[in-house]
Amino acid sequence: MNAQQTPTRGAIRIDDVVKIYDPEGAAVMAVDHCTLDIEAGEICMIVGPSGCGKTTLLNAIAGFHEISSGRITLDGDVLCSTDKPKAEPGSDRIVVFQNGALFPWKTNLENIAFGPIMQKKLSKAEAKEKALSMMADAGLSGVEHNYPGEVSSGMRRRVEIVRALMNDPKVLLLDEPYRALDSLTKSVMHEALLEIYYKNKVTIFFITHDLEEAIFLGHKVAVMTTRPCKPKKILNVDIPHPRDYSVLTSKRFRELMEETNEAVHEEALKAFQAGEREG
Amino acid sequence: MSSNKFSAKSAARGAVSIILFLLLWELGSRSRHWIGADIFTPLRETLGALGFKKTYLPWVGAIPAPSEVAAAWAGVITDAGYWQSWYKSMFRVLAGFTAAMLIGIPFGLLLAVNRTAFGIGFPVFEVLRPIPPLAWVPASIIFWPTQEMSIAFVTFLGAFYTIVINVVGGAKSIDQRYFQAAQSMGSSKWDIFRRIILPGTLPSIMVGSAVGMGITWEVVVAAEMISGGGSQAGGTGGGGLGFFIWNSYVGGSYQQIVVGMISIGVAGFISSELLRALGQYVTPWLRLR
Repeated sequence: MNAQQTPTRGAIRIDDVVKIYDPEGAAVMAVDHCTLDIEAGEICMIVGPSGCGKTTLLNAIAGFHEISSGRITLDGDVLCSTDKPKAEPGSDRIVVFQNGALFPWKTNLENIAFGPIMQKKLSKAEAKEKALSMMADAGLSGVEHNYPGEVSSGMRRRVEIVRALMNDPKVLLLDEPYRALDSLTKSVMHEALLEIYYKNKVTIFFITHDLEEAIFLGHKVAVMTTRPCKPKKILNVDIPHPRDYSVLTSKRFRELMEETNEAVHEEALKAFQAGEREG
Repeated sequence: MSSNKFSAKSAARGAVSIILFLLLWELGSRSRHWIGADIFTPLRETLGALGFKKTYLPWVGAIPAPSEVAAAWAGVITDAGYWQSWYKSMFRVLAGFTAAMLIGIPFGLLLAVNRTAFGIGFPVFEVLRPIPPLAWVPASIIFWPTQEMSIAFVTFLGAFYTIVINVVGGAKSIDQRYFQAAQSMGSSKWDIFRRIILPGTLPSIMVGSAVGMGITWEVVVAAEMISGGGSQAGGTGGGGLGFFIWNSYVGGSYQQIVVGMISIGVAGFISSELLRALGQYVTPWLRLR
């Protein structure tokens, strides 16, 4: 894949985006004049309480939902704007969903080979060959011909990320992908994700409500306000990559945690008091 | 899921279950004394004393014993008419069921994916659906030129509604994320239909078919009893297993009634097993762990 030293693609600019849901006249503002710059090849972590509107932002970038106003660009090209509220979904922005969206009726290998075949970029045989080598790289040898339902949830997540990378995307959009995993599996997954990232240097837009996860993985951590959602605090994590789990016990990590924890806690409290449901 | 796999233990349990059932049945029909004790007469007298006018209670003794049934079976097993009944009923079930699949699956998918088709097609479907297939028998006999066709038609109806309802429900409940993922990865509308909607609906299609198959047997037997199953035209065996039972009843051959019943049980079992094998073949991802 494109293993350039300095990534040149995948810069996302979220510019004054507003999203108002209007179920039967009761206008609910989900995203409030949100502006956020994500550089090419950056891991940007979006932290906020459940139901704060983070996923709305992700859906707008992916092209699953409309925005009400504002503009989102990818490498200068307009994805969506006030005039064209819904972006076209495309293989340059692949989502890894909260509960996973591997096709249960396809084997892991078929899932991974799916994208290039659909886009007619590769023949079936070529796609399978590439999928096999990427699976081997990601430590997924041996489960190629299993169905997703036959492997562990951690393994499924890894298959899904490899499936996303097969499309050679500019941006990976991850929506709390490790939410359902236990903390031990989670730590393994974090290191695996970083390993994949160091090989591919793709821009990562990662939604989470776990601050520790956010600081450990991200170049940038955007703490969002709860409904309506906009950046409350943007933290540049100055711990150099590549990172491994020893970072978690470092002094700088603790300092950054302390610096950000209060902002996150405030929003969590607000969300709790507003009675937002988990979602 | 592992219960699908053959294991000596479960086979042994199955054998014990069937042998025990046959044994109790044999004993029950041979004597009015239940395992040595006459519980039937005191019960009848008690009910009589309580003021029940007709102190008649059904008893296994009214049914021929399995040994008698087996003897009757041995009698008809060489009879071409008996096998002709099998063939007729099997054929009708297969014809009606296949037609229901061929028409019901595309129709259900159309209703599920096309809003206009749903708006136009579904209300009529929902009005017709509660009419039991057997209520169609007279109208069907009038409508279709041959009796064979009218029986096939009501058999078709038996499976059709269930298949359609399951296909529509199954297709509509496919997770939105699969569509979004497929769309992001560049799938065309046709790709999404073929690679997401179709496989995503398959489990529901198989459930609908299994239920539909059961209804098909119910309907075919009843239709054969009502219509005489075309026996007028086809001679002794033309009526199917439903008519075989009815004919045995009319002819007073009670052992043969049970032979017919068990034959339908066996035929239904064979149909279900074939369908289950088909289901496992087309949805291999459900055979997990």
